Amino acid sequence: MDQDKTQLTEFLLRMGDNALILGHRTSEWCGHAPVLEEDIALANTALDLMGQTQLWLTYAAEVMGDGKTADDLAFLRDVWDFRNLLLVELPNGDFGQTLMRQFLFDAFQSIHLPRLAKSSDPRVAEIAEKASKEAAYHVERSADTVVGLGDGTEESHNRMQAALDRLWPYIGEMFASDPVDAAMAEAGIAPDPANLRTEYDALVGRVLAEATLTVPESTFAHKGGRTGQTHTEHLGHLLTQMQWLQRAYPGATW
Amino acid sequence: MSLPSTDTVWSWLHAIPDPEIPVISLTDLGVIRDVTYEDDTLIVTVTPTYSGCPATSIINLDIETALRDHGITDLKLRSQLSPAWTTDWMTDQGRAKLKAYGIAPPTPSGRPECCPNCNAEAVEKISQFGSTPCKSLWRCKSCLEPFDHFKCI
Repeated sequence: MDQDKTQLTEFLLRMGDNALILGHRTSEWCGHAPVLEEDIALANTALDLMGQTQLWLTYAAEVMGDGKTADDLAFLRDVWDFRNLLLVELPNGDFGQTLMRQFLFDAFQSIHLPRLAKSSDPRVAEIAEKASKEAAYHVERSADTVVGLGDGTEESHNRMQAALDRLWPYIGEMFASDPVDAAMAEAGIAPDPANLRTEYDALVGRVLAEATLTVPESTFAHKGGRTGQTHTEHLGHLLTQMQWLQRAYPGATW
Repeated sequence: MSLPSTDTVWSWLHAIPDPEIPVISLTDLGVIRDVTYEDDTLIVTVTPTYSGCPATSIINLDIETALRDHGITDLKLRSQLSPAWTTDWMTDQGRAKLKAYGIAPPTPSGRPECCPNCNAEAVEKISQFGSTPCKSLWRCKSCLEPFDHFKCI
């Protein structure tokens, strides 16, 4: 595979794996959310993310061109092959932490995807155009929930602040550009994520202020997910569940 | 045997119900973007509503089944993502049918115009997500009935 294709594949795996792993995490709430409406909302969000996964990974498999399918990529790769942000593979924590993570991710998607909709690669552009409509809807809901819980009771406020403190060190990875990002920016396929930080901080800062939460001062960032270098121990545990059926019964179909 | 005209094919498609909301047809929903022939192959272009909507594959299956029942043998379904599906493409007839069925149709304002049951304008949102990805959950403050609203995207 030539260099251009390798880098495009990396980029597409990052997009697809973020949606896949967060979609799986979100789906873990199915049947467990505090109230029925939230259960439905989380399941629907997971469904949208799975749909986006299908689009990104199908394209990734086509670019790779070795006969693999989106299903092969989702169910037959191992931890070190995944290119998702560490943020999305972390365990859900409590409901507040799940929604805080969703907001921090949705905020990024709501800024990133509309840029991608103008990609020089028509396939990337059309997938992003579709997904950005969903992201806009997701961020509206997760931001509302973060405000509702942050500016809620003492208990909910404390939990949301704890969630923010816990997750904040995983934000920096979204903007940590590397040679893949440089190549994508050069080709006009995707923006350099480092350039999105100001807009992200403005959006997130506005919502967190309304939620009466304090943005942590530390700029330390855990990294290694989107490059595949060092995932957390949690991703392997997630894969054992997500990939169980295809691992135990290879090639099983409905 | 001569091939049926595209108008005839449209009329057949018009009769296929949406698998989740069977009171409206697929053409009412606005997901069928094009019907055309390439040589003797009938090409039907379909756009998904939400990327993760489980009904998408059923919609494709229903189209294929219906057209084969009408004698079409040389058929290809094409998926088109762009321009992304919007509720603006839903027909007026489709909107009226939704309301009669108890689902508030999509509106540009993003909130239901009124309760589909008693027409009262005082309504409140219960949840941004409803029983399917395309709907949100609302309640009428007058008759107190909860109802689905077809989201505007």
